Amino acid sequence: MRFELTPRTNSPTVMRVFASVAAFITAFLIAGFVIWLMGRSPIAAFDVYVLQPLSDPWSLQELIVKATPMALIAIGLSYCFRANLWNIGAEGQYVIGAVLGGWLALRTHGTDAGAWVLPLMLLLGVIGGALWGLIPAFLKTRFGVNEILTSLMLVYVAQLILDYLVRGPWRDPKGFNFPQSVTFDPSATLHPILEGGRVHYGAVFAAIAVLVTAIVLGRTLFGYRLKLTGDAPRAARFAGFSSKATILAVFAISGGLAGLAGISEVSGQIGQLQPSISPGYGFTAITVAFLGRLNPIGILVASLVVALTFIGGESAQIMLKLPLDLTQAFQGILLLCVLAADAMVSYRIRFVTRGGGK
Amino acid sequence: MKADVPPSGQPLVELKGISKRYGDLLANDGINLSIEPGEIHALLGENGAGKSTLVKILYGVIEPSAGEIRLEGRPVTIGSPVEARALGLGMVFQHFSLFDELTVAENIAVALSGDWSLSTVREKLGEISGTYGLALDADRAIWTLSAGERQRIEIVRCLLQNPRLLILDEPTSVLTPQEAEHLFTTLDRLSAEGCSILYISHKLEEVRRLCRRATILRGGRVVATIDPRASSAREIAALMVGNAVGDIRTDAPHHPQGETLRVSNLTMPPAGLHGQALRDINLAARAGEVVGIAGVAGNGQSELFAALSGERLADHAETIAINGKPSGTMGIDARRRVGAAFVPEERLGHSAAPTHSLSENTLISHASTEVSRSGFILMNAAKRVARSIVQSFDVRTPEGDPQARKLSGGNLQKFVIGREIIRRPKLLIVDQPTWGVDAGAARLIRQALVDLAREGSAVVVISQDLDELFEVADRMAVIHQGTLSPLRPIGEWTKEAVGLEMLGVAQAEGGVHAI
Repeated sequence: MRFELTPRTNSPTVMRVFASVAAFITAFLIAGFVIWLMGRSPIAAFDVYVLQPLSDPWSLQELIVKATPMALIAIGLSYCFRANLWNIGAEGQYVIGAVLGGWLALRTHGTDAGAWVLPLMLLLGVIGGALWGLIPAFLKTRFGVNEILTSLMLVYVAQLILDYLVRGPWRDPKGFNFPQSVTFDPSATLHPILEGGRVHYGAVFAAIAVLVTAIVLGRTLFGYRLKLTGDAPRAARFAGFSSKATILAVFAISGGLAGLAGISEVSGQIGQLQPSISPGYGFTAITVAFLGRLNPIGILVASLVVALTFIGGESAQIMLKLPLDLTQAFQGILLLCVLAADAMVSYRIRFVTRGGGK
Repeated sequence: MKADVPPSGQPLVELKGISKRYGDLLANDGINLSIEPGEIHALLGENGAGKSTLVKILYGVIEPSAGEIRLEGRPVTIGSPVEARALGLGMVFQHFSLFDELTVAENIAVALSGDWSLSTVREKLGEISGTYGLALDADRAIWTLSAGERQRIEIVRCLLQNPRLLILDEPTSVLTPQEAEHLFTTLDRLSAEGCSILYISHKLEEVRRLCRRATILRGGRVVATIDPRASSAREIAALMVGNAVGDIRTDAPHHPQGETLRVSNLTMPPAGLHGQALRDINLAARAGEVVGIAGVAGNGQSELFAALSGERLADHAETIAINGKPSGTMGIDARRRVGAAFVPEERLGHSAAPTHSLSENTLISHASTEVSRSGFILMNAAKRVARSIVQSFDVRTPEGDPQARKLSGGNLQKFVIGREIIRRPKLLIVDQPTWGVDAGAARLIRQALVDLAREGSAVVVISQDLDELFEVADRMAVIHQGTLSPLRPIGEWTKEAVGLEMLGVAQAEGGVHAI
């Protein structure tokens, strides 16, 4: 006996929405079962993971803070993924954005440089991320090197550069030998939107990115070009769209947004450079992009859902002694359920018994 | 005209009344064919004559609608290639199925059914290589090998199963002449040992070199079984393309004006392993006329289309002039802006995006026209354009703005041709305009092409369908192995002459030189 997938001729929107809901429920049931196997109450876990963060104002702010970098990066990745180009190195572009933007913050440290510092830092963050993203794009267009490998390997290069800088030349001389830079001046700090709040202006950048992307992908020739490149590459060449230009453009965009996420996080959240500035946002954003089906609004929602699993995971670690790995496992389960639901909406599954069908 | 080699004893394989129907199309119509033990039997025919269908039936890839296959007199059903191999049939396809990163021995081992250790494979490989002169290094990776060497692997794979019949589908299409000669020696030796060979080709010289009997297919039927050495190339060509003279065009003679397209000394290397080089092509199309390019598939048509459309660029701008402007180094969109339009052979994935709606599909070639403004898509304008194409070209579609893949082949072809004609191009280049299209749609498309020309545009039609070209073309040339014959008025061509050009023997018959 074997499976056969036959495409469905029509799949109504109602079915797609229902499939998404079903995917979430299934993911929670599977996770609940795993938690039950570990000898904890799935009900209590659901309370800690989902209900408590959503009912506590501090957690809600934290949710937005955590969702911001993931949304920014995933929005950028959606440009690449729509065109079937696989930028796996957003984590590295995020780091280089933070490094280049952070460099200006350290150069102007203690100089009363003024209000131009922060905008220029953000711009440098975008440029740094874009340049780091253009390396795999250039290698692909010039030499045909697989972008998955190069973009991924450049993550480690970026992390080691950051590591070297904060342990060596950029280390705070008064920092008791801790591997970290000085704390950024107020002029180099991305401020909270509300006085005393946690949510910084990075969230506004993410919202703008969502809106602009919704327009670019849905309404412009450039957006159609990406869709055509992904769905029918020969037709894209026939349309006269240069594939090299497409590759360079989407890698610059996704690298730039990852770099913006990096410098926003460093300047708005951490306040200094240190060896670790991301709990893997650049990789989790890949999950976020696909959970949101490469749709800008979908990505916004997905980034909040995944941020919830991060926060819930932290409190579950404290309150239920559940390992943090479970959070990552749950993110994986969720993605698989959503992809499976998608497949079942688009295809009909047939069981073929041996000898039964030709 | 019958073969002078009488069938001796029991044939190895006998096909009786094999038919295959696809919808309205009869790809094979009551085909009878017998292959003697140790015989090299040729299967000749134009593209679309039904050769591949017949061979796939014999190799168990597709199931016949009617008819019987006998192996040594015993009726058999061949349900799959695995069963075919078990019965002693081996096949070497035109396109190889090899893993680039694996070695020769590994590639052979993965394809064999049963228990074969790598060392046994190496041993047998050595034996077979020695016996048949198929030199192969067992430990080389595939990506380092030439096409000829790759083909040897496919042949060795078959020979390891001790086949009684070896089927080769256009085996020399990827080989150099030297490699081809080497292959022929191997085949002669195999045949001397009693292995039958079914040799599919449209190259007459090879068939004459190898075979005593040839079965000629046209339109899914057997038209003759002959001894290719006893018949002239002229006779065989006539059999392959048919004797019937095409309908004489009845509309008023056109008055061609200036040259809209001029191609001068276009030469291009092949794009890949299976590609065809273009050699010194000269071509002109004048406003008001339809120029036809005939030829058997794989002789450089797609390469010529890519060069004309700008999907591949020429080295010099002057090589291709469109509307008098040197365009050889312009991309496809720039050529569109100087007044050209293009329709490639492949509908799904090349001229249209299957999962995109018809209105989105208009963007593919109208991107820089009325459907966009400063980078933004005017979706309503695109929908309007799609609707007017649907109406003007009688495209039968499901309700609304359906995805391109929901249209039948004929209707999608009407749409993509309509999409170009509605732009009123000064030059239209079409590759295989009615390939796989129903008769009604084909008639509408041909009429639209002629109408466009009569309104003062130049139309170039690349087609394998000779009847079509005789119907629509004012002047015609034949492409063979990347070389284009002189362009002559359609009245000066006979089907026989076209057939000879298609086989590349026109000059040989004329006594100039042999190919």
